[in-house]
Amino acid sequence: MAETTTFGNATQILEPFRGVKRVTIEEYFTSGHRTCQGCESALVMKLMVKASGPRTIVLGSTGCMYVANTTYYTTPWVVPWMHTQLGSSGSAALGTAAGLKALMRKGKMKSEPINVIAFCGDGGGADMGLGAISATLTHKEYNSLILLYDNESYANTDIQLSGMTPYGANTTFSPPGKVKRLIHTRWKKNMAGLMAAGHPECRYVATVCASYAVEMMNKVRRALTIGGPTFIHSLDPCPKGWDYDPMLSHELGELAIETGIFPLYEVEDGQVKYYGKTKAIVEGRARKPVREYLLKQGRFAHFVEEDLDYFQAKVDEMWEKWEIPAVVPFRRLDATRAALSAK
Amino acid sequence: MAVVTPAAPAATEEDKELLISGSEAVAEALTLADLDVVTAYPIRPYDTVMQAIAKKISGGQLVAEYIVAEGEHSQFEIVKHASTVGARVFCGSSGVGWMYAMECLVVTPPLRVPMVALVGNRALDDPGAFGVEHNDALVVRDVGWMLCWIDTSQEALDTTLIAYRVAEDRRVFLPLAISADGAFLTHSQALTMVPPKSKVDRFLPRYDRGDLLLHPDNPITVAPQANEDWVIEIRRQNYEAMARAVTVIDEAYADFRRVFGRGPENPWFEEYMADDADVILVGMGTISLPIKVAIRELRAKGKKVGLVRLRWFRPFPTERLVAALSRAKAVGVIDRDYSFGSPFGSGVVANEIRAALYNAERRPPLLSFICGLGGREVTLEDVYKATDLCYAAATSGKSDPKTHWLGVRE
Ligand SMILES: Cc1ncc(C[n+]2csc(CCOP(=O)(O)OP(=O)(O)O)c2C)c(N)n1
Ligand code: SF4
Ligand SMILES: [Mg+2]
Repeated sequence: MAETTTFGNATQILEPFRGVKRVTIEEYFTSGHRTCQGCESALVMKLMVKASGPRTIVLGSTGCMYVANTTYYTTPWVVPWMHTQLGSSGSAALGTAAGLKALMRKGKMKSEPINVIAFCGDGGGADMGLGAISATLTHKEYNSLILLYDNESYANTDIQLSGMTPYGANTTFSPPGKVKRLIHTRWKKNMAGLMAAGHPECRYVATVCASYAVEMMNKVRRALTIGGPTFIHSLDPCPKGWDYDPMLSHELGELAIETGIFPLYEVEDGQVKYYGKTKAIVEGRARKPVREYLLKQGRFAHFVEEDLDYFQAKVDEMWEKWEIPAVVPFRRLDATRAALSAK
Repeated sequence: MAVVTPAAPAATEEDKELLISGSEAVAEALTLADLDVVTAYPIRPYDTVMQAIAKKISGGQLVAEYIVAEGEHSQFEIVKHASTVGARVFCGSSGVGWMYAMECLVVTPPLRVPMVALVGNRALDDPGAFGVEHNDALVVRDVGWMLCWIDTSQEALDTTLIAYRVAEDRRVFLPLAISADGAFLTHSQALTMVPPKSKVDRFLPRYDRGDLLLHPDNPITVAPQANEDWVIEIRRQNYEAMARAVTVIDEAYADFRRVFGRGPENPWFEEYMADDADVILVGMGTISLPIKVAIRELRAKGKKVGLVRLRWFRPFPTERLVAALSRAKAVGVIDRDYSFGSPFGSGVVANEIRAALYNAERRPPLLSFICGLGGREVTLEDVYKATDLCYAAATSGKSDPKTHWLGVRE
């Protein structure tokens, strides 16, 4: 079969929604799931496919968004959907995109840009599937988006700590006790920064939070439009794992941004662009104290002042010491630069 | 839904004869099959097939997405997903590489993904070893993979074409692994007839995933979570697909002979001087060579010994094998694998054959041998020793329950 040399990396051109009233009415993630009340990740799924539209294939790795969403004989997915293994979101995206590309360029399937989105949890994506995601982000000839929905634990298996669980949090693998108040003392991975810094040919990485739904959808649309492999990290409040009243999901999302714990930014072709309330912080607005966010959640209820101070100091460091604030943790090179220019 | 084959080939269609290795023969077949997506990861000895495919791609003979994965887990997941959107896929591994992919190997049968893989059989670590053992491929024998063992470059090429025909038959839709003994077959060259594409096109239809295709025009949900409510029915469907594979394999070989004018009448196993044999030895893969040489020597001395070389292990040819073996006065199974703690401590093949013979009207004494592990040469002495023990059992009429390790330093 002859290869059409003209077959490129065509994508669907998805213009940003200009305001909530312009958002399309159609839903591609509907009823038929049984996530917890107030589950922000379920909202992320809904917004993600609303943004991508009907000509989309979605792959989902094992976790809450598999088990609680798709129960045999029911499905909330209006678009084609398939399960992939816990650490396989990267491979699922790559394999699906490669299959479509092969068939289209060999004339075995009608040629059209089909969005390929693979989602993963923080456990499946940032722990187990890190290698596969990293590999996929180097395959620039295949269009796909990997969306990591970060509820900050292995939620589906009953809330165990992952490499993305915040410092000190109470999980079923890190219960506070009389002798050890904090079992989990690792600082959370900087996943979006890691993906952006580590994959020079990945054209688009963004962080999102569904508390800012229109912006979140527009980041998905940008990622799919720009093409090649792209990555989005979404922070998703989880009432069960974080232990708070389900009505506070939206508010906690906002607080994560306002305290500076989770920055909102996109990295397009290497350019870092802060947006939303994170942009305001960069431009001088004061960050809210982290305690306002932490103390609303049962998972930090065992924190004493010392823990709150430590957490605040680490977040301050992100903003004051990092080379690219809250994005790249290398320390500033001012001294080196000064020495170099002095020569 | 049998596949209809058009009339006999035109006289102008000539095969070409090439001196190629087993791995290169598989790559020839993949080119003829117009493979769509292939994933590679280095491990000896199977990786010679990926080297051969890479040359086909860079040389322009094959147009396919050729992806070098970052590990075997991804290697198998990538092609699994490519297959669900309708691509014809190929993959493979050896030894611990195959084990590294294990999670992805077990999900393909219930997903009904007809991927074809080459296992270049290799001993498992530790210690690190390159030589052949069959334990790697055998580890998936219970989960819905079809498994076959090949012996020559020609068989490598032919079986690869047959593999796609069988796996992609809608009555089957199961993955299929072709096992080739590391080094002995993957790396050794032999004259091989390579057919023209026109013949292959008459034999092998396009892969059509039908209503299982994952595509916006067919918005299905694949593999939703199930529990005690449905899982047993899903397992039962795999069981039935494996049972249907028996007919499909028979049909595919018959059609192969019609289109290509070669290939065995009995797909399931090769019989070498087994018709009138008192003692039949059984083995898989390239072990056939020393056994055949020994048989010729033994026949010259008046000993009626024969060989059954098993090609298909899953589905297992129970009835046919029983019919072939129950004629003998004794059967000796030589395993190039092990199964520690198994009944009688025997290898996997010996115990499968014991089970197959259990309901037979006539059950000859069965002896179990383990030989050639880690790629150790199977010598004529090993075969003579096995034969002597089988003759003793034939005389006494009693099975010898001991598992005999041949060619081992004591
Ligand atoms: C290979 C493998 N190991 C472990 C599991 C068990 N398991 C199922 S869901 C899950 C949690 C995944 O966590 P995450 O990716 O964060 O998704 P969440 O459940 O939080 O939505 C785990 C560990 C599995 N399915 N597969
Ligand atoms: S445990 Fe958390 S992520 Fe899982 S369904 Fe409930 S709220 Fe959603
Ligand atoms: Mg999680």
